[in-house]
Amino acid sequence: MGDRMTAVDAGDRAVLAALDGTGAAARAAGPGDAVAGVPPRFVAEPADLAQAAAVMRVAHDHGLSVAPRGRGTKLDWGYPPSRCELVVDTRRMARVVEHAAGDLVVRVEAGLPLDELQDLLGAAGQRLALDVPLPGGTVGGVLATALSGPRRLLYGTARDLLIGITVVRADGTVARSGGKVVKNVAGYDLGKLYTGSYGTLGLIADATFRLHPRPAAQRFVLAEADTPETAQRWVAAVRASSVVPTAVELDRAGGGGPTAVAVLVEGAAAGAGPRAGQVAALLGAGASVREEAPPWWNRLPGRPGGLLLRIGCPTGAVAGVLAALDRAGASAVRGSAGTASLFATPPEPLPSAEDPAGWVERVRADVAALGGTAVVLRAPAGAADRLDLWGPVPGAALMRAIKSQFDPDHRLNPSRFLGWRAS
Amino acid sequence: MTDLAPLVPRLRAICGDDGVVTDETRRRTYESDGLTYHAAVPGLVVLPTTTEQVAAVVRLCGEHGVPFVARGSGTGLSAGALPLPEGVLIVTSRMRRVLRVDPVEQLAVVEPGVFNLAVTTAAAPYGLYYAPDPSSQQVCSVGGNVAENSGGAHCLKYGFTVNHILGLEVVTPDGEIVQLGGGPDAPGYDLVGAFVGSEGTLGIATKITVRLLRTPETVRTLLAAFRSTDEGGVAVSSVIGAGVLPAAIEMMDALAIEAAEAAVACGYPEGAGAVLIIELDGPAADVEHEFAEVERLCREAGAFEVRIAADAEERARIWKGRKSAFAAVGRISPAYIVQDGVVPRTALPEVLRRIAELSARSGIRVANVFHAGDGNLHPLVLFDDAEPGAGERAAEVSGAILDLCIEHGGSITGEHGVGADKAKHMPAMFSADDLDTMQLLRCAIDPRSLSNPGKVFPTPRLCGEVPGVRRGVHPLVASGQAEQF
Repeated sequence: MGDRMTAVDAGDRAVLAALDGTGAAARAAGPGDAVAGVPPRFVAEPADLAQAAAVMRVAHDHGLSVAPRGRGTKLDWGYPPSRCELVVDTRRMARVVEHAAGDLVVRVEAGLPLDELQDLLGAAGQRLALDVPLPGGTVGGVLATALSGPRRLLYGTARDLLIGITVVRADGTVARSGGKVVKNVAGYDLGKLYTGSYGTLGLIADATFRLHPRPAAQRFVLAEADTPETAQRWVAAVRASSVVPTAVELDRAGGGGPTAVAVLVEGAAAGAGPRAGQVAALLGAGASVREEAPPWWNRLPGRPGGLLLRIGCPTGAVAGVLAALDRAGASAVRGSAGTASLFATPPEPLPSAEDPAGWVERVRADVAALGGTAVVLRAPAGAADRLDLWGPVPGAALMRAIKSQFDPDHRLNPSRFLGWRAS
Repeated sequence: MTDLAPLVPRLRAICGDDGVVTDETRRRTYESDGLTYHAAVPGLVVLPTTTEQVAAVVRLCGEHGVPFVARGSGTGLSAGALPLPEGVLIVTSRMRRVLRVDPVEQLAVVEPGVFNLAVTTAAAPYGLYYAPDPSSQQVCSVGGNVAENSGGAHCLKYGFTVNHILGLEVVTPDGEIVQLGGGPDAPGYDLVGAFVGSEGTLGIATKITVRLLRTPETVRTLLAAFRSTDEGGVAVSSVIGAGVLPAAIEMMDALAIEAAEAAVACGYPEGAGAVLIIELDGPAADVEHEFAEVERLCREAGAFEVRIAADAEERARIWKGRKSAFAAVGRISPAYIVQDGVVPRTALPEVLRRIAELSARSGIRVANVFHAGDGNLHPLVLFDDAEPGAGERAAEVSGAILDLCIEHGGSITGEHGVGADKAKHMPAMFSADDLDTMQLLRCAIDPRSLSNPGKVFPTPRLCGEVPGVRRGVHPLVASGQAEQF
């Protein structure tokens, strides 16, 4: 494959010409375009929906496998694609199509960075109540990976805020579902299906979200629990109270130290202060109230490119999961204690006697015994093929049937997701 | 009926003798849901009590190529549970157990026939409640809510059924029992999200895990009376524009108020061209602050009277007129059509004016009752069914209102669903490609179209037919070295 990247042969020239004919910027791929180590042959950068659809038709006509790409911040998530001939780069599709401020609705193209969208909405006193713990990504990438951060406790995840979507199917067909009104039950809500589908069902071209007013005040209540049990008890007490927290997060370094707990309350200035006081009373004498988030807030733990695990479990099992991660020597655990969705990283480096697969399986078994699931979001370069990233997936047969309908030739991010692979 | 006769003994073996209804008079009681002008007597009716029975019935239907329709309480307003004369109606009314309430995890697990309000009743001792509250919540089933992705007055702040379903046990159209979702970030595609709102076309939910919310510390409700719906609309916009997110904002126009007065003597302010009911809930300090703001904004917009509920009883009295509105129009009109459409909130004044013009032009009266906060209109189109042609003219007005919704970038249904009733309107909202794409999901899960056929989509897709050029199988796959996904 390596020579393909430099020497453009006649067949490639024909494909490039076809891509060029779509109006999208098209070029032969370079070394910087590899997707999880797999070098593509072409890169196309459509500037709008029509060009994106035309590019996808060319890919269909030439039987090219396709990897959608935004700003590449999560390109190393999931398995490497088994084939990857065309990267469709969405960064030029970055317009705000419509911001209906009075309706609290925004429609944006997929290549728009989420941070830029938030800045724009902030200027209007609004926000998309979706914070993601990895900055820099595009709206499309956040949707494709269903990444979510602390505010999911109150507002849900991307799928709960998405009200409409436009997708280009594998054969170039443009399809919309939902719309631009929040309340709408006409037809299947395919936005839910595309969210978290890792680009395996279509190219997300634009998305419409419901927005929320930016609250007047925010307070963070911070405390350090000396044991996981204490942390869990605090979280339960906050959940059982009527303070309506926006987020309840925890952060724990490896080595069995204390667990930092942070609770965010937002609302009217007259309300947020007293509520923060109520939370502080629940968190004991050492609790403090601040206006700024702690430095670890809404940041993935671990180093870029390192193994990253996401654990979901019952909230009553969080202490047990923290203990299990201690036993496994996890270097960090962080995330939403309020929804029991946690990110964890392995010991750095792994003890020589242990391989990443063994470590993942050990943690997964412990978490499963507590009623939870563990998914490897990101494996270290070259290691994914030796790992079962997703673990057991209920409903897998239905998911495969869906994939086969939406992408009958299996050209969209093949093998990237769920990894039905013959090892 | 005759074609289904061979199924009867096997259905009796599955559901018991009293779980199979063959008698025509009894079957006729199931001929429609809440939308009575669509009616069809089901070929057979079964009343299973367990997931395994549902699965066995569905498998038997599959063996014989017989279509089936699931039905909860039959309160739906889109003919989503309209039976098939050549099919089996699977009624979940005997699956009515609340299996578990977990106050720590703040969730409940229920069977599909459980009434919506029964979930809150079961959760209340723990200070918890189930947020989605369709008007029919005393009798509608959670299984039906899942199928229709039901809303309610409070979904402005709390969202719809889909935002409150954590997991599902589903009998797929081929009779398999599968678990979907269940925990945060369940691995794989969001099949819970895809299933909720699929109107019974992707299978039957047999166990439902719902999220429970903490009962709010404070609930404050006010009724504001305006001279016109225009003024009311201004109030709605300024409340939302001020960054307040009420739990509910409901509006009724003069004709709807007249009907409510006739039916339940709700005692709304005299001379009101529109009333708004605005409810805030949450932590006390925040609610008090915002409530004062809302009252001020209502007065600024022209409210000539604002009533504030002092206690639960007064709150119930304010809601009484609104909650009785649909039934109340029966007092001022022999017959009516309940419409369900959505427009962007900011388009409300314009759309209401256009509805008034439609009404004036056609001579058909339209009473407006709606969830103003999210632009969800429920126009009640009044007519006299004894008058020849009146029903058709009313249907025309009702359809024209949907056209208005689409013209303004809205939806043909905000909470009642498409069902059999609105399938014909889907092409006005979605392109052929959009509908074709939705049906890819149907084809993946119910390729034989046995699960509630004829609903949602105007034209069924032939599942064998894949548009475009089909490429050959990749060599790596053919050789067994890779498996595709």
